[in-house]
Amino acid sequence: MLDTRMPLLSVNDLQAWYGESHILHGVNFDIFPGEVVTLLGRNGAGKTTTLKSIMGIVGQRTGSVRFDNQELIGKTSDKIARAGIAFCPEERGIFASLNVEENLLLPPQIRSGGLSLEQIFTLFPNLKERLGSSQGTKLSGGEQQMLAIGRILRTGARLLLLDEPTEGLAPVIIQQIGKTIKTLKAQGFTILLVEQNFRFASTVADRYYIMEHGKVVERFENSELDAKTETLHEYLGV
Amino acid sequence: MFEIFGIPSQALFGQLLLGLINGSFYALLSLGLAVIFGMLNIINFTHGAQYMMGAFVAWFLLQHFGLGYWWSLVIVPIVVGFTGVVVERLFLQRLYKLDHLYGLLLTFGLALIIQGVFRNYFGSSGLPYQMPQSLTGGQNLGFMFLPNYRVWVIVFSLTICLTTWFVIERTRLGANLRAATENPTLVRAFGINVPRMITLTYGFGVGLAALAGVMAAPIYNVNPLMGADLIIVVFAVVVIGGMGSIMGAIVTGFTLGIVEGLTKVFFPEASNTVIFVIMAIVLLIRPAGLFGRTA
Repeated sequence: MLDTRMPLLSVNDLQAWYGESHILHGVNFDIFPGEVVTLLGRNGAGKTTTLKSIMGIVGQRTGSVRFDNQELIGKTSDKIARAGIAFCPEERGIFASLNVEENLLLPPQIRSGGLSLEQIFTLFPNLKERLGSSQGTKLSGGEQQMLAIGRILRTGARLLLLDEPTEGLAPVIIQQIGKTIKTLKAQGFTILLVEQNFRFASTVADRYYIMEHGKVVERFENSELDAKTETLHEYLGV
Repeated sequence: MFEIFGIPSQALFGQLLLGLINGSFYALLSLGLAVIFGMLNIINFTHGAQYMMGAFVAWFLLQHFGLGYWWSLVIVPIVVGFTGVVVERLFLQRLYKLDHLYGLLLTFGLALIIQGVFRNYFGSSGLPYQMPQSLTGGQNLGFMFLPNYRVWVIVFSLTICLTTWFVIERTRLGANLRAATENPTLVRAFGINVPRMITLTYGFGVGLAALAGVMAAPIYNVNPLMGADLIIVVFAVVVIGGMGSIMGAIVTGFTLGIVEGLTKVFFPEASNTVIFVIMAIVLLIRPAGLFGRTA
């Protein structure tokens, strides 16, 4: 279990609040460079809040989020993005007042090493066809998800936070997104994935953390998956 | 000289021109209000006072530094826009999460204070401002006399309005602004400094008001209350066009100026109220305004 590498992201005793309600009660986990890590858990376990807390867009948070040797707690979300983290929200966040191209080009490049538009269109050929489309929100759900992922690949961010990228999508599109995540991993991206769809997660993840009541309660590697199936079912209620 | 619908052409075209001039100011001012409302969610009641400040700063530059109209067109929007930046940083940024009413109260109070201070120092009789030499005189078109300065006001204001529209609707910078209007949290999480963008947007909107003030100085007197009189009509224009719609503000501004001018010709008694009557009708039929998006 001991890992001698330096984690790219290290979350320690992360607590977060929405107004009065205390959502995260001390979350701990690490992600190493080049890994795909999945947060699993039931609805309301705090998975999305964990991503938002890393990104600095919840009301109040304490504890420590270290990324690339910088402490992110206390930084505003624009500074966190510029440190090299990109966020793809659950609701996708496609802008209705922007056309497809404007949506794609919206996130600024924060450093070199991002994907070129050509590379993004190789991953998502549909996007290229829809480029002239008027309104970003007129795209189908799958295309919107591709746009939401595609636009953060340009920025040069090294850590991608993907919140339920397969939610509500057709199986063939879920497959395409799975392929994309594998390609991104091969290119050296580090990915933190939040998923309800455990079957999908098991095709891409190196490691899993299970969350319950605002805490990480279990951690296991992909190789331990078979041995842990019982535990998983217990936690996820599937 | 000829007649149209029994009205002498001179009178008809004269009022049309006057309508277009008023329309230019309505458009510039409601454009600034629309830009500010879109981004800050604040109904900027200080707008009239900022327009007045524009005229006064132009007057001041001429009196004390000998800097004329053309210099004022450049310097005044920057100076007054900067006061807007200070107001946003000091006060407005604390109000974004509160109800519209708080922003309205604050900006209304600020307008009263600014107008009071100017009245205290300059009285309310008004100060004259020289028209630039190069724009005096006019063209005799046969059916009417066309003063050069007024043509300049219409053309320049239209240029500023359309440029603003272009920047907001067709450029990368504008895309950032539109996106931040829609979902500021997410745009900020992409690494864009949204609070700074909001501050500069307010400064820009205020700068537009000040620019209108400079353009108004040679036509109307420079007077501490010049904005207070105008702003009520401008708010009606914004309501008719639809809060936050850029093209709506421009088109409605010019159109209502013309409508008001024509009313002066055909039914002078109604010329002061026609805009408010239109506003009432629009509110009944399309509460979000002619160009507004229904929420």
